[in-house]
Amino acid sequence: MKPTDTSNPEYFHKVVDCQWACPAHTDVPEYIRLIAQGRFSDAYIENRKSNVFPGILGRVCDRPCEPACRRGRVEERPVAICRLKRVASDHRGDITDRLPKPAEKSNGKKVALIGAGCASLTVANDLAPLGYDITIFEALDTTGGLMRTNIPQFRLPPEVLDEEIGYILDLGVDLKLNHRIESMKELLDENYDAVFVGTGAPKGKNLEIPGRYDSDNIHIGIDWLESVAFEHVDSIGENVLIIGVGNTAMDCCRTSLRLGAKSVKVMARKPRGFFKASDWELEDAEEENVDIVVNHSPKEFVIEDGKLVGMTFELMEYNIDENGRIDRGTVIGEETFPCDDVILAIGQDNAFPWIERDIGIEFNEWDCPVVDEQTMMCSHDGIFFGGDSAFGPKNIIWAVAHGHEAAISIHKYCYDEDLTDRLPVGINLSSQKMGMHEWSYSNDYDPSARRLMPHVDLKERFKKLDIEVELGFTPEQTLQEVERCLNCDIQTVFAAKLCIECDACIDICPVNCLTITANGDEADLRTRLSAPAQNLEQALYVSEDLPQTGRVMVKDEDLCVHCGLCAERCPTGAWDMQKSTVLIPYAQDEAADDQTREAPAA
Amino acid sequence: MSYISKPKVAHPGIPRNKLGLTVRDYEGVISTLCAGCGHDSVTAAIVQAVFELNVEPHMLAKMSGIGCSSKTPAYFVSQSHGFNSVHGRMPSVTTGANAANRKLTYIGVSGDGDSLSIGAGQFVHAIRRNLNMCYIIENNGVYGLTKGQFSASADIGSKPKKGLPNQQEPIDPVSTALSLGATYIARSFSGDKEQLVPLIQGALSHDGFALVDVISPCVTFNDHEGSTKSYAHTREFYHHVVDADYIAPAEEIKTQYDKGAAMPVELHDGSKIILRKIDDEYDPTSRAAAFKYLRERFNAGEIITGLLYIDDSRKEMHDLMGNIDTPLAQYPLEKLHPGKAELKKILARYR
Ligand SMILES: Cc1cc2nc3c(=O)[nH]c(=O)nc-3n(C[C@H](O)[C@H](O)[C@H](O)COP(=O)(O)OP(=O)(O)OC[C@H]3O[C@@H](n4cnc5c(N)ncnc54)[C@H](O)[C@@H]3O)c2cc1C
Ligand SMILES: Cc1ncc(C[n+]2csc(CCOP(=O)(O)OP(=O)(O)O)c2C)c(N)n1
Ligand code: SF4
Ligand code: SF4
Ligand code: SF4
Ligand SMILES: [Mg+2]
Repeated sequence: MKPTDTSNPEYFHKVVDCQWACPAHTDVPEYIRLIAQGRFSDAYIENRKSNVFPGILGRVCDRPCEPACRRGRVEERPVAICRLKRVASDHRGDITDRLPKPAEKSNGKKVALIGAGCASLTVANDLAPLGYDITIFEALDTTGGLMRTNIPQFRLPPEVLDEEIGYILDLGVDLKLNHRIESMKELLDENYDAVFVGTGAPKGKNLEIPGRYDSDNIHIGIDWLESVAFEHVDSIGENVLIIGVGNTAMDCCRTSLRLGAKSVKVMARKPRGFFKASDWELEDAEEENVDIVVNHSPKEFVIEDGKLVGMTFELMEYNIDENGRIDRGTVIGEETFPCDDVILAIGQDNAFPWIERDIGIEFNEWDCPVVDEQTMMCSHDGIFFGGDSAFGPKNIIWAVAHGHEAAISIHKYCYDEDLTDRLPVGINLSSQKMGMHEWSYSNDYDPSARRLMPHVDLKERFKKLDIEVELGFTPEQTLQEVERCLNCDIQTVFAAKLCIECDACIDICPVNCLTITANGDEADLRTRLSAPAQNLEQALYVSEDLPQTGRVMVKDEDLCVHCGLCAERCPTGAWDMQKSTVLIPYAQDEAADDQTREAPAA
Repeated sequence: MSYISKPKVAHPGIPRNKLGLTVRDYEGVISTLCAGCGHDSVTAAIVQAVFELNVEPHMLAKMSGIGCSSKTPAYFVSQSHGFNSVHGRMPSVTTGANAANRKLTYIGVSGDGDSLSIGAGQFVHAIRRNLNMCYIIENNGVYGLTKGQFSASADIGSKPKKGLPNQQEPIDPVSTALSLGATYIARSFSGDKEQLVPLIQGALSHDGFALVDVISPCVTFNDHEGSTKSYAHTREFYHHVVDADYIAPAEEIKTQYDKGAAMPVELHDGSKIILRKIDDEYDPTSRAAAFKYLRERFNAGEIITGLLYIDDSRKEMHDLMGNIDTPLAQYPLEKLHPGKAELKKILARYR
């Protein structure tokens, strides 16, 4: 193999698995260290830089970082990254003077944002301080999009939403509520310099089976949750069936329990392991005694005397092949479940009835606009998309990531710059050595198991719809959980010319990451290491030829616990522990005079 | 030394031996030697060797004297027996221990100072008795622990960090052992575990005195230019002459060997050592030939490594003396002790 090019910022960025997996690239290990030092406000600001809504995301983020966390590979469970984000938010001091400031003067550019969900709000957050005149058009009489209308209050209290959305509106954004955009053409006539579409994926999928339209007690999940949020609905029957087993289904079943349902069953077409819902949402629902019924495919609604009395399902059987793939299944029977209400939670679609098809916006075969993944612009110059409206329903953190990228593009578009000539991601490295055996980070491995989130008592929580179930970590839990973080951003950096091949680093490494061996191609090298490197997603770090024997030092990045012992045992300092800071450019960096990015915290 | 100990976390796919133990279970406390000391690599090789040999930790006894090298038994197999004796006295303490219990596996770790200076007499007599043990010399040409004075193994002309080059004739433990009739003599290098691990395994399985002389650089006091025991010098001048593969009892020989170059030797416990001759002319079963060859190459400045001599026909100490098998601690007291009346009679004979 060729020596690894560590000057490419991607190399060390990828080693920080959580940060790499986060669509907005939140610097997770950095904020966890800040929490460990009790610097909650700093941790909050570190989060806000990339993910804009730490209080919201600390509760309800889809947390793609956690399955990626290296801790989950050396032992069972990842670091509770999301819970710690909430700790930063819950315990922060007054941070208002550290937020972006309203612009001192306008730059004369007008930008329209359609929809007041997290995608549009992120664009506003990035552009308003630069002097843009931002107008947000929102169809409803409130902000937040699905975060407010669909995510139930027992998971996300409205005060948290109000506060973090308020930070953005305070930047001098012109918010027009109750203002549905009915025609893109008309909006374009108003001569905005750019338009951003953040209207989400507002259409809940329907289930066209017999009986569907014969009762008022069959609801579309996202519409029903919105009605509950707006208090148009405040009760439901005793027996409720939820169709589908994604995250919407989890919110529907738990909301039903709070509106008077006595028995709630979530009806899944497939077996466990093939559910769309996140594990933690399933756990939380099952803790509330929701029944999850597997292998039942909806067949028809049972209506008697114009009243919904039950629903019939086909009983399914599946084969799962050795690669874990499931077949389409065969029907082996039929079963009818009595019920008073049915909630359909089987997915969402995009819908753009208000965008004319003859104004130069190209739509694809699924009737969605064709959007560039880097610039977020559609085929019509000056119109940008982000969040669920861009590539179908995803989640909040993706919407935020899109918002940042769209803001950069809007800025460059307004100043006639090439949208694809963007500032590159950068990386800074700095040694963490403080003394012979002293590092500036907590390098000892803490074997504690993941802390569990304390919940409001099972009886108590159902009394009202808006009792937040999760209580947040206690100080003791926080103290232990922060130590579980492996500090994957403290990189092992190797200088081949210093190595005397004494093997000290290889002998000390607790997880057999290191090998000195003759070079070879990657497939061959992977089999010849101290422990076979079977995780192909994780890189091999290969050195230049070593001075004494011409062999190479190879590090399998997969399981490194960043304990620093290799660097500590190295007599020549050939290994060093260096902190990598990934520099993600934002609109403000593109706008800066000298176009240098904000210097990382020392 | 490190302020944190080696974390207990291990590679999830870490292999287990026949006892269900992982290599991590054979570790000791974290080393307090200088970072990069060759002795730490030898420790790692011992850990690997006993793990692969399925040694029961409680059936192992680690013996040592004084020196950086002699400190190392603390860094492997914490769950075994150990004795850290006075400087140079490891061989006699091991003789005593072995006399009382021949069932344990004895591994002595010593230094060139501990064995060739103060302990030379002890070393010599353990060989002469063919004491059943694996005797490792971590040979760095200096007294590491006392800050780098030349030891008896320092080569003529080797330069110290400060002061004048060594002028005295070195004692070579390998030719010394050969002349004294040791029955398993090997030399290796701390930076070459592929060669070292099977040599240690053979030494542990051999019935009788097995010497493994390991060039083990002192990174702090003897790793500079002009030193003949540095990493760089050793790498430049060392040659494999006969490598050994260790094959456990009842295990199949999986490697294809060239006829002529490969010599299998069966040990008492049924295990085999396959000698792979790198130099065809060399005969590791002939004492005279080995001696000649070693001297010639030594004069040419070469560091000859491998399993340099083996003789599995000679009896070890207990067998020479016709001793019983049972460890004294397990022997019934009435048999161990002749009784008061009998003792009186014996004493009377000397009055
Ligand atoms: C039940 C449910 C639970 C969820 N739970 C989570 C979770 O726990 N974690 C997570 O990360 N994600 C969750 N999601 C997904 C997440 O809510 C969305 O991915 C995210 O809100 C998308 O943000 P957005 O800004 O793109 O659009 P939205 O949040 O959908 O906001 C779009 C806004 O645009 C407005 N609008 C639409 N059309 C027009 C128009 N023509 N004119 C003016 N205004 C318009 C809408 O009223 C709305 O306010 C959940 C989704 C659902 C349905
Ligand atoms: C009776 C006695 N004499 C002298 C010493 C001082 N002393 C301690 S270690 C040592 C030499 C150790 O050299 P070596 O055995 O080569 O071990 P190394 O430290 O080089 O591994 C000496 C002379 C001592 N501890 N006891
Ligand atoms: S920091 Fe070094 S010693 Fe520690 S796990 Fe990583 S490679 Fe191994
Ligand atoms: S400890 Fe340092 S000098 Fe020794 S092998 Fe490792 S990198 Fe090379
Ligand atoms: S002084 Fe020399 S022999 Fe002793 S620990 Fe340090 S490097 Fe090893
Ligand atoms: Mg010595």
